[in-house]
Amino acid sequence: MAISTPWQRSAQAKPGSAAQSAPRAAKDWRANLFGRAVTGVVIALALVWLIPIAWTLDTSFKSENATIIIPATWAIPKLTFSAYGAVFSATDLGRWYINSAFVAILVTLLTVVTASMAGYALSRRRFRGKAFFYAAILAGIMIPPQALIVPLFREFQTAHLINTYWALALPQVPAPIAVFIFKKFFDGIPISLEQAAEVDGAGWWTAYRRIALPLARPAIAAVSIFTFVWTWNNFLWPFLAATSQTMMTIPAGIGTVVSGVGIVNALQMASAVLGALPLVFVFLLAQRQIVEGVAGTGLK
Amino acid sequence: MTATAISVPKTAAREAKRERRRRGGWGNAGLLGPFLVFYLLFLVGPLIYDIVMSFFNTSLVLPGLGSFAGLANYRELFSDSRFWQAMWHTILFTLVSTPPLVIIPLFFAIVVNRIRHAQWFFRLAFFLPYILPSAVIALIWTWLYEPGYGLISGFFSLLGFGAPGWLSSPNVALYSIVIVTVWWTIGFNFVLYLAGLQDIPRDLYEASALDGAGRWKQTWRLTIPMLGRTITLVTVLQIIASLKIFDQVYLITAGGPNYASRTAIEFIYDTGFTSERVGYAAAASLVLFVVILLVSFAWLALVRKQERGV
Repeated sequence: MAISTPWQRSAQAKPGSAAQSAPRAAKDWRANLFGRAVTGVVIALALVWLIPIAWTLDTSFKSENATIIIPATWAIPKLTFSAYGAVFSATDLGRWYINSAFVAILVTLLTVVTASMAGYALSRRRFRGKAFFYAAILAGIMIPPQALIVPLFREFQTAHLINTYWALALPQVPAPIAVFIFKKFFDGIPISLEQAAEVDGAGWWTAYRRIALPLARPAIAAVSIFTFVWTWNNFLWPFLAATSQTMMTIPAGIGTVVSGVGIVNALQMASAVLGALPLVFVFLLAQRQIVEGVAGTGLK
Repeated sequence: MTATAISVPKTAAREAKRERRRRGGWGNAGLLGPFLVFYLLFLVGPLIYDIVMSFFNTSLVLPGLGSFAGLANYRELFSDSRFWQAMWHTILFTLVSTPPLVIIPLFFAIVVNRIRHAQWFFRLAFFLPYILPSAVIALIWTWLYEPGYGLISGFFSLLGFGAPGWLSSPNVALYSIVIVTVWWTIGFNFVLYLAGLQDIPRDLYEASALDGAGRWKQTWRLTIPMLGRTITLVTVLQIIASLKIFDQVYLITAGGPNYASRTAIEFIYDTGFTSERVGYAAAASLVLFVVILLVSFAWLALVRKQERGV
């Protein structure tokens, strides 16, 4: 059977449709078993992946004395929320929540506004040096902000702005990748609506603000999500820029809890839970959007 | 027919007017300006400042650049064994963490994409750790690795093995951090792979099934080749992310024991903010920056080659 018609091939593909497919049925059965075994392994690993989080929750509901039992046990002798109370009385956690929320929202707003405007200009407008500006902004993707902590700190030190919201928020605003995402997005939507508006006498601001921006909602959502998550979780810069406990964000503040004194296992786990809670809550509410937003940008 | 004849010059005039508007001076500055201000002040500016400082004996506690040092910072850096030790730890971490972080999520994504049920469960399990802040990760894993009361030590003693000194042994500490990092960040690569898998047309699978290809063959001959570009993307993003490692090491081992896990960024941090030698730290930053830049260029070259090949 050198040449087989599609009909013949599909008939062959069905197991047990002909006597000659008996070996194939055996092969299918083996492949099936293998497939199930692999699926089982991945399910088991997914459960293993959840163990650290489960253990954290488990410890946070124990009394400190119950955390120093050898060997470690999952059993909770007496369920207590005392570790959570201890976190609030021992740290400025409430203040850190407010700082984190304020900084993350401010950075997200400024990033979306400035990057969408720049992306719009690079996509729609014509001017001398446009290719240069685009290349220069794209090259910025390769600058690792972590390698710039020294000059950045120096800059804010000279301006006497260390330990202020300005220092925490502003350096996190320029994200060249966001400009790239907006430019690509505007490239993909038809220009005719803006042209119609321009015929009606609309200026550049109206064309951007009233016509283009409302169409860019998917891009705004993606950029907002990754900017917010990234800013909320950023550790190194806020850790340097906030020199007092009251100016710290959640990651920087929790970072100071890492080195505790005495038996503070339950307290540390309770602060881990409380530090993770806001984003976990956001994640559970908008799981699909967050996953797609992060995947769509490819940013890390 | 006269109607169209008249309308042609009219649209041309309109087009010219529109064209003038799109070139209009204030619009360009107004739209690009705000981003460029942030870009220059907090990205390009600091980079230039960093380059300048690397030629001076700048101190953290004194104003100004300090005395001119010429190439002295670089000369010292290239013969500084502590710097090379930290660079080596960064490179070793990258070499050890990249293969599992490229291969394991690929395996997970291919299997999960097949399962199709309860995808939310796998997204939850594998992606949830990724959105946790590094400080939370540090708390969780310091407690898991705790030698006496920790869960992992408990598990080892249950099996009758002595647990290694996860964080206290100089030969083990960096590898313990690799385990933490794999657990923490695998979800990001997993999600990139899932997105890549969704882009493979379903009829390709149907066609290959009709040709008698089993699942195993499909995975090797169809899925993995079709994911080529995603695998390159994941690999390079992973290498760049690994080269920037700082948070989890600093928070879990503080670079210890005895500097056995100190990485390049922590060297920059220690030199600039603890020893207060900002100029010297600037030179070290620049060397790390050049390494990351070289990897990025290698990636661009690879992508160009792939695109030409396909």
